[in-house]
Amino acid sequence: MYLSKDEEEMLERGDDVAKAMQILVTIGKMFEAERLIKIRSAHVSGISYDNIGDAGLEFLESLKAKFSVPTTINPAGFDLLRWKEMRIDDEFYNKQIRILKALKDLGANLTLTCTPYYVNRPNFGDHLAWAESSAVVYANSLIGARTNREAGITSIAAAITGRTAYFGLHIKENRAPTVKVKVSGNLALAGYILGKELKGNEIPYVIFEKKPLEFELKLFSASLATSSGIAMFHSPEITPEAEDFEVPREKIEVEGKGEKSCDADLIAIGCPHTSREELKTILELLNGEKVKKNFWIFTSRKIFEESKDLVEKLEKLGVKVFCDTCMVVSPATDKFNCLMVNSAKALHYIPLRRKCHVSFSSLEDCVRYAKSP
Amino acid sequence: MKFKCRGLFGSKAFGEALVSKKPISFFGDVNEEGIIVSKDSDIFGRSIEKKVLIFPYSKGSTVGSYVILQLKKKGKAPLAIVNRESEIVVAAGAVLANIVLVDRVEENFFEVVKSGDEVLVNAAENYLEIWTTSRSSSKCI
Repeated sequence: MYLSKDEEEMLERGDDVAKAMQILVTIGKMFEAERLIKIRSAHVSGISYDNIGDAGLEFLESLKAKFSVPTTINPAGFDLLRWKEMRIDDEFYNKQIRILKALKDLGANLTLTCTPYYVNRPNFGDHLAWAESSAVVYANSLIGARTNREAGITSIAAAITGRTAYFGLHIKENRAPTVKVKVSGNLALAGYILGKELKGNEIPYVIFEKKPLEFELKLFSASLATSSGIAMFHSPEITPEAEDFEVPREKIEVEGKGEKSCDADLIAIGCPHTSREELKTILELLNGEKVKKNFWIFTSRKIFEESKDLVEKLEKLGVKVFCDTCMVVSPATDKFNCLMVNSAKALHYIPLRRKCHVSFSSLEDCVRYAKSP
Repeated sequence: MKFKCRGLFGSKAFGEALVSKKPISFFGDVNEEGIIVSKDSDIFGRSIEKKVLIFPYSKGSTVGSYVILQLKKKGKAPLAIVNRESEIVVAAGAVLANIVLVDRVEENFFEVVKSGDEVLVNAAENYLEIWTTSRSSSKCI
């Protein structure tokens, strides 16, 4: 693999920068990358203490290095301001704060969100090293930025060195669609079903039956990344690179439908974190009526701050809007028996990560259920 | 017996083989003492400490990299890892913990090698050697 003089120097330094470089070179060898590529930003996953435990905490605290590019990070295990209300215990709180302190010292921007594109939107063609799979699909597909699905550790190595291995979706010709798909129904479910039907290295060219909203495309991206290793899709008139390649002839159809229900005692929206538009939509759907069930929304601190007007109205109707965390990575949701979600990613991970059951509905039905006695 | 492979990280290591035919997740399948605790594993109950750990590929959480480093700090990590096909989590873990890593070994290696064999892993020169017959007279390298 070709390394520039600067990169050779980093590799020889004998410190944590060298370790980071060795990781990238090893990954590069594995994927037969010819060189490294400079990145515009990194996004690190594996932030909640609930995910990474003491092994991750000790690793992050042991690192002696600085991030050399803008670096955002995934959600933590609780809302930094409302953790007591979420009934987080002291030990969990202390360990989570140590993780955040270690990341702060490395130079991370403590965004605590899985939607870094709402915080620091990349440009078309930017090379990135992002590790949150839903954000990877979003950035590649809807923005036309270029990133492979990094692991938490490789995104850290990339953040330190400012580079990642040049292979896969960093290279234009590897971004061509491989299969044409007609998609209808609920897009969160459709993405999940489609991911199960395709191989991890496929790039679907998606024809949506109905023009999707931005947040539906976000849910579609997240669920596609949950059930598969897929890292991007194209869609005519929706994604910026859809016209750059020949359209594949092989064709399949997927309909997003299916049911999973239990007697929900918490409605949880925000996987991935909600946008301002979604907050507005939820408020409209509530139509001034108070919720009669526990209704939690998860969003980034940035969207929360920018949407104080909406948040205030939502909270008046009995909705809680939490930041910095989500229903999957926070132990706060363990106290409930059944969560109702509109995200297929949450549908998949809640039974694996939390101690509760899960029920799936569209956003409209979630709100309707919240208002029912 | 000598086999070609692809050296991914480190130089060389020599030790006793521990062979699993099943994929391993370092997060969940291995405890803090380096013992395989997954009941589904064909090497359940065995220690990976200072072994040449041979398995087809890794699976599971990306926290696996940090777990490998934690094992190394406790002296419970393997000396070398040999895969059919390595993936990112184990590769990064091997680099962090200074564990020799190779993959894409000539196909019949996986049929021949058995737990207990003494194996030399030379990542720098892209080969592996099984010392099946010389157990009693083996010397340190």
